[in-house]
Amino acid sequence: MFRSYTDARARFALAAALTALPAGSPLAHGFAGQRFFPATILTDDPFVADEMSLPQVSVNPPVPDGSRETDFQIDLSKRITPDTDVTIRDQWQRLKPAGLPAVTGLGALQTGAQYQLFVNGPHEALGLVGLNVSWAHTGRVQALGAPDFTTLSPTFDFGKGLGDLPRSLPYLRPFAVTGNLGFDFPTKVESAGAPNPNNFNYGFAFEYSLPYLQCCVKDIGLREPFNRLIPLVEVAFTTPINRVPASQTIGTIQPGVIWAGQYFQIGAEAILPATRLTGHGYGGVVQFHVYLDDLFPHSIGRPISEWW
Amino acid sequence: MYRILVVLVAGTAAIGAAPSVWAHAFLDHASPAVGSSVPASPRVVTLWFTQDLEPAFSSVTVSDEAGQRVDLGKAQIPQGNPEELQIGLKPLTPGTYLVTWHVVSVDTHPTEGTFTFEIKP
Repeated sequence: MFRSYTDARARFALAAALTALPAGSPLAHGFAGQRFFPATILTDDPFVADEMSLPQVSVNPPVPDGSRETDFQIDLSKRITPDTDVTIRDQWQRLKPAGLPAVTGLGALQTGAQYQLFVNGPHEALGLVGLNVSWAHTGRVQALGAPDFTTLSPTFDFGKGLGDLPRSLPYLRPFAVTGNLGFDFPTKVESAGAPNPNNFNYGFAFEYSLPYLQCCVKDIGLREPFNRLIPLVEVAFTTPINRVPASQTIGTIQPGVIWAGQYFQIGAEAILPATRLTGHGYGGVVQFHVYLDDLFPHSIGRPISEWW
Repeated sequence: MYRILVVLVAGTAAIGAAPSVWAHAFLDHASPAVGSSVPASPRVVTLWFTQDLEPAFSSVTVSDEAGQRVDLGKAQIPQGNPEELQIGLKPLTPGTYLVTWHVVSVDTHPTEGTFTFEIKP
């Protein structure tokens, strides 16, 4: 006995909604064909989305002067049209210098605007361009070192799944990589006598998707919660390209895992300094991340252009 | 800090307890299983998803290594099992078969995927 669909009115509304989706639409969070890209913690996502991180808590490794920073970050992405979104991010920081009392306050407010360049389903590829802005005097400048200058950061973000490899290489097909390439252009060349360099930013997330293995390669019998785990390693570096030596590169390596559910995901990563200038020891980060498009598919989870 | 944690835990619980009505439909499992080998030709291919499906916009096809359709046509959603999609098969000979599905969950989120299964000689 099979269900028949009889509600013509609802059917028409659904057909209208589906027809409104442009070809190649990213369809909210990170899909390209049968590949689902989770929102990664360190690497900016290569897709526009209606999502929110609330919160992301980081305990960073101690830096060379011995001080240690803990961050509570909130991050929101909201689609304006199916292919564009805006982002806003801020963080409450606790800085504990060695041998001194801790200081707390807000870091710089960061905003962004992004455009989905392409979504290629058969090749599981995504591309996005964006302009991020870190705003001057929006955090505690004196106590926490928040910037007294605005920085413009154009970026190109991409994602590629290996699902288009030959089926004779089944266990390589769940691999995927996402990445960011971008520059920082500060609007002041120095602050309090210290130079503000232009920077080259580059970062990558290397993922092995157990959901992809289960759904599209071979069902190896994983069930909840293991069939939704995505182990990954993220790396990100910032290299000055003027005003200071390029040897002052900082970066981290972050191995971890993301559990991606229907409405939210939870991620946890270790933070390991990748250069001596970055710090020493280790830290950690956890993130609770919500898919607004799945929680509120008929209201705030839709692009603003589709609200009326 | 304690209050923040309480709000976060409560929020997580509320989201987790929400009825599974919305959201993208992921393939949970299938019969024949994804990537499996079976000894004889199955009569149907059945796919179970993580969300309820919209029947008017959900489909599945099965084709052989030459790309020829070997299914019996229109996919169906059994009454009372709105997260399930079935399609009948012609009698199959040993070989590898490709299952291709496109579904729309009841909140209009589309997803798609492919997988293979093998019939052993």
